[in-house]
Amino acid sequence: MKPPAFKYYAPSSVEEALALLAEHGYDAKILAGGQSLIPTMNFRLAQPGVLVDLNRVSELAFIRPADDGGLLIGAMTRHVQVETSDLVAQRLPLLHETMPFIAHPQIRNRGTYGGSISHADPAAELPAITVTHRGKIHLRSTRGSRWVDADDFFVGLFTTALEPDEMVVEIALPPLPPRTGWAFDEFSRRHGDFALVGVAAAVTLDPAGAVEDARLVFMGVGDRPMKGDTAVALLRGQVPSADLIEEAATRAAQEDIDPFGDVHASAAFRRHLAAVLAKRVLTRAVERANR
Amino acid sequence: MAGRYFGQPIRRNEDPVLLTGQALFTDDVQLPGMVHVAFLRSDYAHARIRSIDVSRALDRPGVIGVYTAEDLGDYWQPGPLLVPPPPVEGIIFHQRTQVPLAKGKVRHVGEPVVMVVAESRYIAEDALDDIFVDYEPLEAVVDVEKALEPDAPLVHEDLGTNLAARVVQRKGDYEAARAKADVIIQRRFYYDHGLAAAMENRGIVAHWDKKMQYLTVWDTTQAPVVIRNGLAKMLGLSESQVRVIAPFIGGAFGPKIMMFYPEEVLIPWLSMKLNRPVKWIEDRRENFVATTQERYQVHYAEIALTKEGRILGVKDRFYHDTGAYDPYGLTVPINSQCTLLGPYDIPNYHSEMNVVFTNKTIVTPYRGAGRQHGVFVMERLLDLAAKELGIDRTEIRRRNFIPPDKFPYNNEIIYQDFAPLVYDSGNYEPALDLAMKLIDYEKFIKEEQPRLRAEGKHVGLGIVAYVEGTGIGPYEGARVQVESTGKVNVATGVGTQGQSHFTSFAQIVAEQLDVDVRNIRIVTGDTAEFHWGTGTFASRGAVVAGNAIHAAAKKVREKVLQKASEEFGVPVEELELRGGYVHTKDGRSISLADLAVKANPLRGAVKPGTEPGLEATMYFGPERGVTANGVHAMIVEVDPELMDVKIKKYVVVHDCGKVINPLVVEGQIHGGVAQGIGNSFYEEIVYNEDGQMLTASFMDYLIPTAMEIPPIEVGHVETPSPWNELGTKGTGEAGAIPTAAAFVQAVEDALADYGIEILEAPLSPNRLFEILKEAQAKKGT
Amino acid sequence: MTDLHTIRVTVNGTTYERTVEARMLLSDFIRHELGLTGTHVGCEHGVCGACTVLFDGQPVRSCLMFAVQADGHEIMTVEGLAPEGEMHPLQEAFHEAHALQCGFCTPGFLMTLKPFVETHPNPTEEEIRKAISGNLCRCTGYQHIIEAVKLAIKKIHHTDA
Repeated sequence: MKPPAFKYYAPSSVEEALALLAEHGYDAKILAGGQSLIPTMNFRLAQPGVLVDLNRVSELAFIRPADDGGLLIGAMTRHVQVETSDLVAQRLPLLHETMPFIAHPQIRNRGTYGGSISHADPAAELPAITVTHRGKIHLRSTRGSRWVDADDFFVGLFTTALEPDEMVVEIALPPLPPRTGWAFDEFSRRHGDFALVGVAAAVTLDPAGAVEDARLVFMGVGDRPMKGDTAVALLRGQVPSADLIEEAATRAAQEDIDPFGDVHASAAFRRHLAAVLAKRVLTRAVERANR
Repeated sequence: MAGRYFGQPIRRNEDPVLLTGQALFTDDVQLPGMVHVAFLRSDYAHARIRSIDVSRALDRPGVIGVYTAEDLGDYWQPGPLLVPPPPVEGIIFHQRTQVPLAKGKVRHVGEPVVMVVAESRYIAEDALDDIFVDYEPLEAVVDVEKALEPDAPLVHEDLGTNLAARVVQRKGDYEAARAKADVIIQRRFYYDHGLAAAMENRGIVAHWDKKMQYLTVWDTTQAPVVIRNGLAKMLGLSESQVRVIAPFIGGAFGPKIMMFYPEEVLIPWLSMKLNRPVKWIEDRRENFVATTQERYQVHYAEIALTKEGRILGVKDRFYHDTGAYDPYGLTVPINSQCTLLGPYDIPNYHSEMNVVFTNKTIVTPYRGAGRQHGVFVMERLLDLAAKELGIDRTEIRRRNFIPPDKFPYNNEIIYQDFAPLVYDSGNYEPALDLAMKLIDYEKFIKEEQPRLRAEGKHVGLGIVAYVEGTGIGPYEGARVQVESTGKVNVATGVGTQGQSHFTSFAQIVAEQLDVDVRNIRIVTGDTAEFHWGTGTFASRGAVVAGNAIHAAAKKVREKVLQKASEEFGVPVEELELRGGYVHTKDGRSISLADLAVKANPLRGAVKPGTEPGLEATMYFGPERGVTANGVHAMIVEVDPELMDVKIKKYVVVHDCGKVINPLVVEGQIHGGVAQGIGNSFYEEIVYNEDGQMLTASFMDYLIPTAMEIPPIEVGHVETPSPWNELGTKGTGEAGAIPTAAAFVQAVEDALADYGIEILEAPLSPNRLFEILKEAQAKKGT
Repeated sequence: MTDLHTIRVTVNGTTYERTVEARMLLSDFIRHELGLTGTHVGCEHGVCGACTVLFDGQPVRSCLMFAVQADGHEIMTVEGLAPEGEMHPLQEAFHEAHALQCGFCTPGFLMTLKPFVETHPNPTEEEIRKAISGNLCRCTGYQHIIEAVKLAIKKIHHTDA
């Protein structure tokens, strides 16, 4: 299980990295934390001709407050930095609560935010959380710079809106609005495994206790983070009773997701889990919103 | 004979080197000029090889050689049959053993087809991509029952059948017993045991020294002596020209004793051919398909009972998946057949074993070695019977236990060591009583469970019993020597895989010679030090090697006292051996070191009829194995929405006779239970209909982590074996054997309100989901 | 195509300069180039944790990094845990609690746990279990390892975990 040969570059600035991507385009892979890419290379399932290693681009590792009360997170910010950041804990509690679900301590010491969303594993936590937060992703290439809504960034299985010469430089995560409750839960075979199904929820209540807005995002049940819009439509404008939440969760699990089956869980079981977890996270989010 | 050393929780001699990164494992061997091997393995479960083109690989810079079956000439031979079929009347047995490199046809995914040797492993793997094999895919034999249908494709065409073996064993007259029964319960059971997944993969380094005409092989084997003898024969060398070292082994659990793996045949050959040291280290991907594993059996079993719950007889017909070859004979299915009987007095038994070739990796023993399958069937039958008869599950077991006065107890069938299955000793009720006490059985059933159920929680208890045949022959030997330094040197051929032999064997010697355990050096697994022995398997180290070491140490003790008696002119009976010295009653003393020097004089004479030195070599060859036993109990909580199962409490009561080191025994039990829990709910080898393994990585083959394994409470009962002087019984496999049977009982109990019956293991959340769905559908109709 | 790079890496306080191919895994570099074979390789896909080393003080899987990435960085392996010949309290605790059997996974556990025990004077058992959840052990069932962690913390912080 030795990786195939490749040409290695370790740029020290974003400009340098972008120039390398412009030059090597389709042959190149970006090496961020490497926690998904390197095992894939060790199995020789990925054989990139060129690796552009961003680990020396120190300008990409940061967590900064944004004017809207949310945060800007640099693409090379490691999971452990997000997990232990006071800023994240204060401003983005949903993200803070989700971080320990990601793999194991050693992986979190290397893995990066930008790497995770660029890899776009539909069973991974950060793509789902980024979508739940209505995050925006800042992409750059030598051709220019653009911001892409998280909703538009994840386009398919391990596929994003990134062009071959583009890379993620930062992620903007707006705060959840006032009177918003949140929750995240997932079910995995072992602690730290990719979840069979995970669900994130954010529910905003109006002063009367009815749902003003909501987000429900599933992972592991489609080719990308899947939004439970049917549930949201059912909840909006209603005071969320236990029955309504159950109905919303069940409907979303029927209509909003497209689970696949594998050795660990059939599509039917994933659908079942999606309904159970959606009910649980919506219930908890509403409880928190009411607090 | 618990003594100053024997029976004490002494800290391990082997720890310091292991803890500081100084221990030698096979992959740590680094030799000048060493080259590296990678294997091209079959991607197909079943295919004909039309042609192989290696020319591009040979052109790659850094590649030294590329070999196919054709290149091996006469050296290409099917491997030996490791364990011949047992002497059972009417047996059918077809021998088909593995080959070094596939010729004409591949029979399982992972079977080696081409060997590449290069300057580095990286280059060798690059070269694998250069090789083109033209395969004609054939339909794969995957399911054991379909494999026996008349139109099934054949793994070995020349046999005309996929049946590898059929063995019928009988005790009493089952049909007559059945006629008298009040209750008969029949079911189909499915039990799948997984793979060992030792943390260290296999590996071999071979170094042919042409000038010395001497071959040194470092091999991750559990049986170095057998490997040495076999290699010498295959390579046309004298046994004294071959040294096999099994250095520290990073866990083995059975599969590191499959003689001979193709790589074990090829790497030494290649070293001689190239006259260079050659290394092959298996990687994890290879380990999943190229290292032997255990798999599944399907049992059609029935039990006949009186209305009081007394077992009149058991009948079983089962199908065992042996994979593409059967070099290990029938060891695994025979263990299933025999261990099924458990601690119960079963007067009538009829068991038909069918062993089936499939296009899958070879099956050989992995911790438990088929015992799990048998225990699962028996324990489930008793659970079903208890329910049917309205008898408490512990009570039905108790009523059927073999009473202590019935030992030795003869089951009248042939065991894996070819001796009749006779239990040496046992006292089963105290183990059950203690387990019930530790799990607080009565309180759980009467108070806890009803209370928690009322709160909407799904909690259940599982409690099962088992016996384990351990410590089988043929023999092991040991040489014990007091050196002139006063230190003691012990050599044995048994091999080691992490079971603390460097300490427990030293404790046995220390008990005789009263020397600090740290001053006793154990060498095990180096044929240059000791070249008699069979290996570490079947929970036999402490019994067979242990008693050989004990005998040798006793002999050395006699020599020590004899020598001291001569020195002091005092009868042996008046001497005392204590703290490394022999003392007389009048206050004189001499150290073991000085006695060793005197016993090996530079002048004068060693008396005719005596030997120099304080040394003895002894062997222990038990006529038959000894039987350990125990009870496992657990409490689980099931989340019937997520289909998740959490083990809240786990209790093991174990009787392995005399305990050499309780810390070590506990460690063995904990580790076994962890593997048993893996086998209950996490680990599963999944093959698709093409014979492809779908779980061939640690991402998909789920070894439990510290988050999945609960604390385990261990209770001891001690029934010494009357069949060896130390009174020991084996303990290596006990933890893993009944776990799934207890787990399934507990889950079923927790979900009692769903009215389900679980007749299989392992379970998984997905499988529980299906089982509950099926139950709901049944209720609906 | 052989892409060679000259790197300087400090391992256990000693700085090594070596020329390596870009694709060489850090685990292979440590074991076979530097001869520090205490770091073990169990899966090469980042699950078993046997190859865990400290990279600038943090536990990482050395099979999921290239050696070239370690240029200019500091690594500690199990050989560096007790350089003076005395064992680290964590190693002592493993010895006392019988927290290892075959010992193959042990260096990975030790390197994962070193920063944990030094910074957690009073962890819950759940926190201990989570801390080692990225390391597989096939022999011990983890129970004695958890006891060893508690014991090590007592030795280091003179507290009761």
